[in-house]
Amino acid sequence: MATIHIDNRPYPAKDGENLLQECLSLGFNLPYFCWHPALGSVGACRQCAIKQFKNEEDKRGKIVMACMTAAKDGIRISIDDPEAKEFRTSVAEWLMVNHPHDCPVCDEGGECHLQDMTVMNGHVYRRYHGRKRTFHNQDLGPLVNHEMNRCIQCYRCTRFYRDYAGGRDLDALMLRNQVYFGRHQDGVLESEFSGNLVEVCPTGVFTDKTLKRHYTRKWDLQTAPSVCVHCGLGCNTIPGERYGVLRRIRNRFNGAVNGYFLCDRGRYGYEFVNSERRTRQPLLRKNRTEPLQLASKRDALQHLGEMLSGRARVIGIGSPRASLEANFALRTLVGRDRFYLGISERDSRLLASVLDILKKGPARTPSLHEVELADAVLVLGEDVANTAPRLGLALRQSVRRQPEKIAKKMDIPLWDDHAVRAAMQEEHGPLFIATMANTRLDDIATRTFRGPPAELARLGLAIAHALDPIAPQVPDLSDTTQALASAIAEKLMAAERPLVISGMGCGDNAVVEAAANVTWALCNMGRAAELCYVVPECNSLGAMLLGGGSLETALEAMNDAADILIILENDLYRRGDAAMVDRLLAAARHIVIIDHIEHATSAKADVVLPAATFAEADGTLVNNEGRAQRFFQVFVPKGEIEGDIKGDTPRDIPGDIQESWRWMRDIMVAGRGDERQWSSLDDVTAACAAAIPFLEPILRAAPPAAFRMDGQKIPRESHRYSGRTAMHANVNIHEPEQPHDPDTALAFSMEGYLGHPPPSLISRFWAPGWNSIQALNKFQDEVGGQLSGGDPGERLIQATPGKKAAYFENIPPGFEPRPGEWLLLPLHHIFGSEELSILAPGIAELSAQPYLALNPEDASNLGLTAGDEVQLRLRAQTDVTADGSAADGSANAATTPAEIFRLTLRFKPGLLHGTAGLPVGLTGMGNLAGVALPAWGELKKV
Amino acid sequence: MWNSLKTMWIVFLHMFRRRVTIQYPDEKPNIPPRWRGRIILSRDPDGEERCVACYLCAAACPVDCIALQATEDEHGRRYPEFFRINFSRCIFCGYCEEACPTDAIQLTPDFEMGEYNRKNLVYEKEDLLIDGTGKYPGYNFYRVAGATIGGKNKGEAENEAPPVDPHSLLP
Ligand code: SF4
Ligand code: SF4
Ligand code: SF4
Ligand code: SF4
Ligand code: FES
Repeated sequence: MATIHIDNRPYPAKDGENLLQECLSLGFNLPYFCWHPALGSVGACRQCAIKQFKNEEDKRGKIVMACMTAAKDGIRISIDDPEAKEFRTSVAEWLMVNHPHDCPVCDEGGECHLQDMTVMNGHVYRRYHGRKRTFHNQDLGPLVNHEMNRCIQCYRCTRFYRDYAGGRDLDALMLRNQVYFGRHQDGVLESEFSGNLVEVCPTGVFTDKTLKRHYTRKWDLQTAPSVCVHCGLGCNTIPGERYGVLRRIRNRFNGAVNGYFLCDRGRYGYEFVNSERRTRQPLLRKNRTEPLQLASKRDALQHLGEMLSGRARVIGIGSPRASLEANFALRTLVGRDRFYLGISERDSRLLASVLDILKKGPARTPSLHEVELADAVLVLGEDVANTAPRLGLALRQSVRRQPEKIAKKMDIPLWDDHAVRAAMQEEHGPLFIATMANTRLDDIATRTFRGPPAELARLGLAIAHALDPIAPQVPDLSDTTQALASAIAEKLMAAERPLVISGMGCGDNAVVEAAANVTWALCNMGRAAELCYVVPECNSLGAMLLGGGSLETALEAMNDAADILIILENDLYRRGDAAMVDRLLAAARHIVIIDHIEHATSAKADVVLPAATFAEADGTLVNNEGRAQRFFQVFVPKGEIEGDIKGDTPRDIPGDIQESWRWMRDIMVAGRGDERQWSSLDDVTAACAAAIPFLEPILRAAPPAAFRMDGQKIPRESHRYSGRTAMHANVNIHEPEQPHDPDTALAFSMEGYLGHPPPSLISRFWAPGWNSIQALNKFQDEVGGQLSGGDPGERLIQATPGKKAAYFENIPPGFEPRPGEWLLLPLHHIFGSEELSILAPGIAELSAQPYLALNPEDASNLGLTAGDEVQLRLRAQTDVTADGSAADGSANAATTPAEIFRLTLRFKPGLLHGTAGLPVGLTGMGNLAGVALPAWGELKKV
Repeated sequence: MWNSLKTMWIVFLHMFRRRVTIQYPDEKPNIPPRWRGRIILSRDPDGEERCVACYLCAAACPVDCIALQATEDEHGRRYPEFFRINFSRCIFCGYCEEACPTDAIQLTPDFEMGEYNRKNLVYEKEDLLIDGTGKYPGYNFYRVAGATIGGKNKGEAENEAPPVDPHSLLP
C-alpha cells in the first residue's frame, strides 16, 4: 500500500498500479478512453491527463497521463487543477472535431462512453464548423455493425481483437487523421469474440447488429441478472427485453467467471427466445393418429390429471439444459428411481466419471479467471474454441504468464501494455494442444499433437507416467510420442500453476481419465495442479448431481413399467440413436413433453406444455467448474405475439408459458391432488437442497425472494424506463398492474431500491454520469477486480489438496487404421452445434452445413476433392468409448441395420490417416444427429 | 367597514373595464403560436418523416405517455414503426419538444381535444403526422448527420469531406 496525495488529500493506493485505475477505484470521475481494465494502458487518447507535482512546494507541476504513471508512495497529483481540466476538455473537443451529428440514430446513444466523457469534460458546444472527415463502412457479417465515422482512434478495438483475442482480420489501416479500423475488405469477422467489440469500443463504431433489428435504448430495456445457457461455462449475462421480445444480451461482469467478455454464441444466441419454433400454448391430442391441437391450460392439466390418477406408472426424463429446480421438480413428480437424466449411456458415463474425478481427486477445478493465471497448460482432447469458447480466450491470456517475467525483469509494470508486449515479443508460455484435428488455438500452442481419442489418451497417460513413475506405463509407444510426453511433462513440472484441460468433446472416457492421471501425477509431485473439464451443456454437472439413469436405462424401465413418459426440456433425438429413441417413445402409452421449442421429440408427444426459457424463468445452473449460479427471470412471457416481433405491442393476455417446475407442481396437484407447498422458487430450491445435501450451497447462490434492500425490492427497469402509460394504451386505456414476482427479490417495475444491490442481483451497470458499460467501475472495490461484495456463484466441489487418488490403469490400445473403414470423430462448431443458439438467425447464418471431413491427403487418395458428395455407411452403433476393447462394432452389427447417409466433403487438416470428421448437432443431420461418435463407417464416392 | 366599502368600490370600477372573458365556443380565442397544445409529428422539407425514432421524447416525458418502436428502411433510414401518445396522460409540458433533436415532435395551439371516451385520446403515428414542417421550417436532420440514407451517401451531408479511401497509398 502506498499513500498518494490527490488535490492535497492523502489516499491509500496500490503501490505501482497506474494512477488512473487508482483514481477510479477511489471513486474519482476521471475521464478516459483508451485504457481498459482488462487491456491495460497505452496512453493513446490523452484523455486522462492530470497534474503531477514534485513536492508540496511545487505549485506549477506538469501534465502527465494518469494511465501511464505509476502510483508511488508520496506522489502528489491533482485532478481538479484548472490546467489539467482545460487540457482534458480540449482533448475531448479535438476528438469531436470530425465526429458526426449522429447520436439520435446511433445505437450507442444513451450508453455511449464518448457521450459520458464529453459531458464530464463540460464540452457542450461544437466550435468547429469546418469540413468533417468521413469513411465508408464495411459489412462485417450478421453480428456486428460498423459505422466508422464515429471513431475516435482510441485503438481499443484492435487491441482487444488482435492482442487480447488473437484475431487477425481487424486492423488499423491508413495513417494520420485517417486511421481506419476495419478489415482489408468487407466480410464476416473471423474471431468468435467479435461481439465484444460492441462493449469494448467506447463509441458507436461497433454496435450489435441483432439489436439493430429491434432497437431499444438501454434505459428502456427490462433486464435481470442471467447466466448463459449455450455451453457449460456459465458466463454471466444481462439479457434485455421490451414489448415482450428479448432484444439483446450484454456481458455481466463476474471476476471469477467471464470477466469482461463473452463469446459470440453466448451474446447472439438469445434470439431463440423469439423464435418461430417457440411453443407458446399447450397442445393436446387424445389419439396418436390425430394432429396436436391447441388446448387451454385447464384442459391440458385436466387431461393430465385423468391420465395420472389411478394406477398410472410414470417415468420422467430430465435434461442437462434445464435448471436444477426444473429437474428436481420432475424427480419429485415421478419419484427418485423413475427419474432419468435424458442423456445417452455414453454421455452419462463420461459425466459420472468427470464428477467422480473432480470430487475424489486432489486437483482443484479452476474458475475461468484461474485458468488465465495458469502458467503451463495441457489441452487433452478438447477443441475448446468450439465447445467452450470463452475458455479459449482465457487460454490466450494464460500463455502470457511466463513471458510476463521478461517484462517484470525489465521493471515494466504489467499494466503498461505496449511496453509489456514489446518486451515479450512473440513469446508464448507453454501450451500443449492434443486434439483430434487442428484447432483455432494452434497459433499460440508450443506443440500440437493430432490423433483419435485412443492416441490422445495414450499421450496423456504417457505424460502422467513421465511425471510420476508410479502411474501406469503405456506399452508400444512410438518414440516421437514418448519424446513429446517427456517434453510436456518437463514443462508442466517446471510451472508454478500447471493446468490440464479436457472434457467430453471427443466422447472418450479414456481421455477423461488420462487427463486426471496427468493432473494427479503433478499433484503427487507437489505441484498445485488444476484440472478443468469441459461439459457440453449449461447444467450438465447439475443434472448429474441430481442422479438418475441414462436414456438406455430408461428404455429398459419402459419395457416393463411405464404408462406415461414425461420429458423435460429435451429433444431425445439429439441424445441417442434414432432407433432407440423411437423404441423408447413407442413404449409409452402417453408422452408428455414440457419444453419451450418444438422439435422432433415434441412432434411425437400427446401433450405439449409450453415451458419458459432462461429469460422467462428463474433457476440454478451448475457450470463445469461446479459453480452454482442463479439466473433470474427477465420478463413475463406473453402467450401470443400479435403481428411481427418488430413493433406491435403484444396483446394484453397472460400467456400459458410458465416455468417447468410450476408445470410439475400443477401436474402433481391435478393428478394426485398433491397439495405441494411450492409457491415460489425458493421452496423448490430448498426442497432440492434438503433432498441432496451435496447441493446445499445452492441456497446461497443468490438472496431469497424475501430479501429486501431498505425494505424495497430491486427494480428490473431503469429509473428512466419510458412509455409506461402508453405501451398498452392501444389495447386497454387502463394501465395494467405490474406483474408480481413471488420468486425473487427483483421487481418487474421501475420502482424499488435504487442503490447497488448485492452482486448476484445486479440487473444493470449504471451510475450517475456513467451510462455506458464502464459504469461497472462503480460496482467494484478495486477497478478490474471482483464485484463489491464478492463474485456471484457458490462452488459445490472443493478439492482436497494432498489427497492421494489411485491412478486409472486402463490403457487403450493404439489406433490402427482399418482398410476400407474410417473412424468418424465428432467435430464441434461454435455456431451450429448447440441446439438453442442455432435458432437465432445470426448464428444460423454462420453455421456450417452438414458435411464429412477428411484430411486433404486421404481425400485425394480416395480421388475426392472438397465439395464432392460422399456416401457414408455407418457401422452399427456400439459403445466405442466405454473402454478400448469395445471399439469393435461387429458384435452388434447384426442387431441394427446399417444406415446410409449422403454428405458433402470438406477438408479438415490435422485429421489422422484413417479418421474422418463428422460435425456435431448441425441442423439437417437427420438421424446422424443422435449417433454417438466416435464410430466406424465406410465411405464411398457418389 | 372601511375595507368592505373599498372592496365594493373596486368591484364597481371593474364594471367599466374591458372584458377578457369571451363567448367560447361561439367566439374563438386568439392562441399564441408557442402555446403547448395537441402534439404533432412534422415532416422535413423533403416531405419525409422527421422523427428518427431516437426515443428521447419518450425518455423526457414525465408521465411516460409516449411509446414507440424504431425500425429502418432498406437504405438504413431510421423511423418509428409505431409512435403512440396517450393524451389522456399527457400534461402538455413540452419536454418532448425540447428533447427532440430533429424538430419532429411539436406542440401546437390546438387544445380542443375533448372526448367522451378516453380511448379516443390514444393517438397513433397516423393521427400525429402532419404534412408540413410545423413551427420549424428548414431543418433536415439527415442532411446534417453522418449516417447514410437512400439518396445520401457518406461525404454528402453538409460540411463533409469525401470519404477516405482506405486502400490508397498516398499519405
Ligand atoms: S458514438 Fe456516442 S457520441 Fe458518437 S454519435 Fe454515437 S452516441 Fe453520439
Ligand atoms: S473503432 Fe472504437 S475502439 Fe476502435 S479506435 Fe475507433 S473508437 Fe476506438
Ligand atoms: S463461452 Fe459458453 S457460457 Fe460463455 S458466453 Fe460463450 S456459450 Fe455462453
Ligand atoms: S425525440 Fe423527436 S426524433 Fe426522437 S423519437 Fe421523439 S419525435 Fe422522434
Ligand atoms: S486513458 Fe490515459 S491516455 Fe487514454
